[in-house]
Amino acid sequence: MTIELLYWEGCPSHPQALAQLREALADLGHPDAEVVLREVETEAEAAELGFCGSPTIRVDGADPVPPPPGEPTGLTCRVYQLADGRYSPTPDAGLLRDGLRRLIATVEERRR
Amino acid sequence: MTPRPGDPVPDFTLPDTSGADVPLRSNGAAATVVVFTCNHCPYALAWHGRINAVAREYAERGVRTLQICPNDAERYPRDAPDAMRARVEAGEFAGPYLHDGSQEVARAWGARVTPDVFVVDAGGRLAYRGAPDADHGDESLAAAWLRAALDAVLAGEPMAEPLTEPVGCSVKWRR
Repeated sequence: MTIELLYWEGCPSHPQALAQLREALADLGHPDAEVVLREVETEAEAAELGFCGSPTIRVDGADPVPPPPGEPTGLTCRVYQLADGRYSPTPDAGLLRDGLRRLIATVEERRR
Repeated sequence: MTPRPGDPVPDFTLPDTSGADVPLRSNGAAATVVVFTCNHCPYALAWHGRINAVAREYAERGVRTLQICPNDAERYPRDAPDAMRARVEAGEFAGPYLHDGSQEVARAWGARVTPDVFVVDAGGRLAYRGAPDADHGDESLAAAWLRAALDAVLAGEPMAEPLTEPVGCSVKWRR
């Protein structure tokens, strides 16, 4: 299982997202899971990766908090919406944990 | 060069979303808040309600609030004039929302991120520059640093903290 945090240097939120991700993984029983930090540096790379903004978390390529359909790619900060509707530069902690749980279960199911 | 507290701020006139020119200076304004902001940045969106609540409340005390989108609209179409106009027409702004298409105003003011907040006194000198408050994620802070700056300017008192670190997405400069 590959867990990635894709980020762009122009947005200051990825350290907070990394902390949230590690906390969520610990809550789900994976405190030692490796997180690969991947910097997205060009618009072309963003398009190739389907990168809708920084930060973006992926588990084997799938986003635990998927962006809305048709979201454009690019070097930008990603806009997340919290469970209460507020805008945020990082995902809602509960939605992130639920999404990670679902994706990790899918990966583990595939392995069996 | 970025104005420092006490410096005169660079003058400007910019178009609003209806195309009308809006000058920085206006006779009778007790203070002016200038906010470099945009449509696509989560920090700008998170603080938007708080900043505009301050704009509405302090307008009664003679404070003008001018919000400016400085981003390169070609690379970031969500910050294009049409998208700005849609937000204004939806009632999201408490005052003019200006387009800095050449980015010359943002450069002259030294804007770095969205949102980047400047408070100008009645004499046209910078009184405060920085973030609206300490945490984009905590609405209860209610743009306390911006309010403190305005309260000091309106009372003719010196600012305790005239500079804080602006936090947000980098201004999207043209290449």
